Amino acid sequence: MRKRDLAARVGPGARAGLPLGAAGLLLGVSFGVVAEPVMGHVAPVVMSAVVFAGAAQFAATAVLADGGSAAAAIVAGILLNLRFVPMGISIAPSLRGRAAARAVVGQGLVDASWAIAHRGGGRYDVPYMLGATLMQYPAWVAGTAIGVLAGDVIGNPDDLGLDAVFPAFFLALLVNELRDGISVGAALIGAALALVLIPVAPPGVPVLAACAGAALGLVRR
Amino acid sequence: MTEVWITIAALAAATAAIKASGPVVFGGRALPAPALRVISLLAAALLSALVVTQTVAEDQDLVLDARVAGLAAAAGALALRRSLVVTMVSAAAATALVRALT
Repeated sequence: MRKRDLAARVGPGARAGLPLGAAGLLLGVSFGVVAEPVMGHVAPVVMSAVVFAGAAQFAATAVLADGGSAAAAIVAGILLNLRFVPMGISIAPSLRGRAAARAVVGQGLVDASWAIAHRGGGRYDVPYMLGATLMQYPAWVAGTAIGVLAGDVIGNPDDLGLDAVFPAFFLALLVNELRDGISVGAALIGAALALVLIPVAPPGVPVLAACAGAALGLVRR
Repeated sequence: MTEVWITIAALAAATAAIKASGPVVFGGRALPAPALRVISLLAAALLSALVVTQTVAEDQDLVLDARVAGLAAAAGALALRRSLVVTMVSAAAATALVRALT
């Protein structure tokens, strides 16, 4: 792909990523508020900058806040991030270039960017995904810093309903994915698997297992 | 504090490796048609699971709390074809309202 074409597709992704950045900022604020009593002022911001995976960061922080070991926190975070393996495989056919370059592009995988870059039929607009991620990364890090510094003013982020922002956001993305009966079926199987597994499996596993709903694509039509 | 920094360093390395794995191992070549059909459904399955876990899971417990009201408000906003931002703000507002009243 020529450089000019690449830039032409990153731009629209970045524009589409603006509301995602707004959501990321709010979530970053709530992460900063939650993490500050556990980690102090600097570590939460560093964590957001180098880990950049919201659910994993919340989970690992919760383990440490409960007095858990680093090993337990790391395992909790990794479990929540394992969904990036199937997500990474899904964008792989849309990638070109050397392995090292593909590894770098993979760092741009974020739930929301990945979902809005789906063009149907298993094709992904990767530059568009990267553009959307470029909006969310600084928002996530800056939001964390705001949360760390303004935690006393903000109080409990749950009082503002911030924990409902992400499910709402995923619901909006899900609606776009329901293109036909089979995608509705995959979504229902995914939701059912998650629901059944929540009480019996560690956090992260239900979402990972829900990917099995996509196996509906193997059924002959 | 050492525990915190160990956690951050290990999670950063593990996350980078996890995100790189699919693109490195499977990238740059065409996958067979059945694999593509599975991939095309992955977003639907995964997003619906994320909606479920982020709405009714509290660690390993199933709970019905104010987030359900937030999700209902979001569904309403989506049914009225409102924008993504309006959908998210509606969810937060409904959840905050229910929490304030209960």
